[in-house]
Parts: sequence; structure tokens; C-alpha cells
Amino acid sequence: MGFISRGFRGKRRDTADSGRLPPGQYLVNDYPVLSAGPTPRPNLDTWTFSIEGEIDTPKKWTWQEFLALPAETVTKDIHCVTKWSKFDTTWKGVSFDTLFEGVETAAEYTTQFSDGDYTTNLPLEDLVDGKAWIVYEYNGEPLHPEHGGPARMLVPHLYFWKSAKWIRGVRLDKEQQPGFWETNGYNNYGDPWREQRYWGD
Amino acid sequence: MNMRMADMTLDGNAIGGLLREIFTMEVTNAEATCAGCGAVNAVGRVEVYVHAPGTVVRCPACQQVLMRIVRGEGRYWLDLTGTRTLELVET
Repeated sequence: MGFISRGFRGKRRDTADSGRLPPGQYLVNDYPVLSAGPTPRPNLDTWTFSIEGEIDTPKKWTWQEFLALPAETVTKDIHCVTKWSKFDTTWKGVSFDTLFEGVETAAEYTTQFSDGDYTTNLPLEDLVDGKAWIVYEYNGEPLHPEHGGPARMLVPHLYFWKSAKWIRGVRLDKEQQPGFWETNGYNNYGDPWREQRYWGD
Repeated sequence: MNMRMADMTLDGNAIGGLLREIFTMEVTNAEATCAGCGAVNAVGRVEVYVHAPGTVVRCPACQQVLMRIVRGEGRYWLDLTGTRTLELVET
């Protein structure tokens, strides 16, 4: 009986967490793999991460330089536009606040670009103030290629297609430039709490 | 339908049903010309990724995107930028 009660309370706790689940989403415990193309496997000896576009002196880091930047470990809930959400995912990486240190720009928008020619667009203000990271570890392990390794974006307050896998850089844009999915039906902003999945949402 | 183990790739027959929702003519036996490399392939033979926010169709020769199809809330969005020509055959 005690065992059954404990299990029951466990389930109730999940229900109580429903305030963490955005509208239209369901909770998963596994980690589904989504991919719009072949999985890139870049050579880390030639890998770089760049900040370019509306910036006087573009910035660029090699893999070794990137790993030497101050890193943070964060635990976040993630929400995929295909309607699954996963709670308490733990990542290690570099915050955009660190990457943007000393950067002056007139840009208000950004485009993330990745190996495999994926792009996605975000307002610059959604990358700063502790809202976005470039991560290279998941649950204490190097990020697996199918989940975006060697490094991917983590922007957990927006739908997860905004968190580009296989990230190679950010372009600072004066005008908003819709990305891979945003040019074909998906929302330019993608707030899961307002269910901004498609154009016009 | 063949599942290629690497990268969860399907062939174009996997989206025969989706294409029939959009087109009145059969598209899986249509010939698509890649706008990138010029390769010509029957749509049933191209590479298809369905585990994504939409369906992504790629050229088997150069992997460039041929089509992107998104369906949601009663609407379809179809990007054919990467397909220079689609030759459909009357049946």
C-alpha cells in the first residue's frame, strides 16, 4: 500500500508541474532526434565560431579557444514545435553575454548559421541577459552529433527549432532575415507560451 | 519505402500521401531537376527527412534542398526553390 501511495503521489507531482508545460505540448522522458538533413561531422581542427555582420571587427574563435571561454552549466526545460517538451535538461556551454562582451552593433536581429546550411533568426535581445548559450555538453557528456554536437544553440524560452544544431556563427542583421523554417510557414519569433508555431500565430 | 540507417533518411515514396493531399497529379513518378546541380531524379527516389518541423526533400546527388513542405493548422506551405523543373506525366 505504501508503495502504491508513493507512486500515486509521484504522478500527482507531474500533474502539478503542468504550469511548466506550454499550451499544446506533451511531456517526454526520452530525447527525440529531429533532423532536416544529413548529420554534419565537422573537423574540430578547422571548426570556428564567428560573430559577423553589423559589427566593426568580426569575432572568431577556434574550438580550443571556445572551450577556454568561461562556461556555465544550466538546467532548462525545452519545447519542440512538434509538440514534445522535456524538463530539466542540463547543458554546459558559453553564454551569449560572454560572447558579446565588448561588441557594439546597430543590429536588432540575428541569424544563426550552421553546418548543413541551416539558419534561424532571432531578435538580438533574445540572445542576451542570460537567455541563450552555445552548448557543447549535454548531461555531462560531449554533445552527440545527432543532438547538434560539437556545439549547438540553446535558447530555451523559444521553440527548439530556434536552438540551431551544429552552430558555426551568428550574423548581426539590421533587418529581420527569416531562416530555414521561418521562410516556409514557421513563426518568426516562436514563443511556446503564446503558441507561435506558424505564420500569423 | 526504404529507411537508410544513416541520418533517418527515407525515399520520396514516403511522402506520396502528403503530395497527394496537395497535387491532383501523381508526383512520386514526376522527374525533379535540382536547381543546384542539375541532377534529374524521380521524386520517389529522392532523399526525404520527415523527423523535423516539416518535410525536407533533398537531392540524392548533392543533398541540396529540393522541397520543403510544412503543414499546420489547416494550411500547407510548399517551397520549391530548389526544384528547377518538375516534369509530371499524365496518366
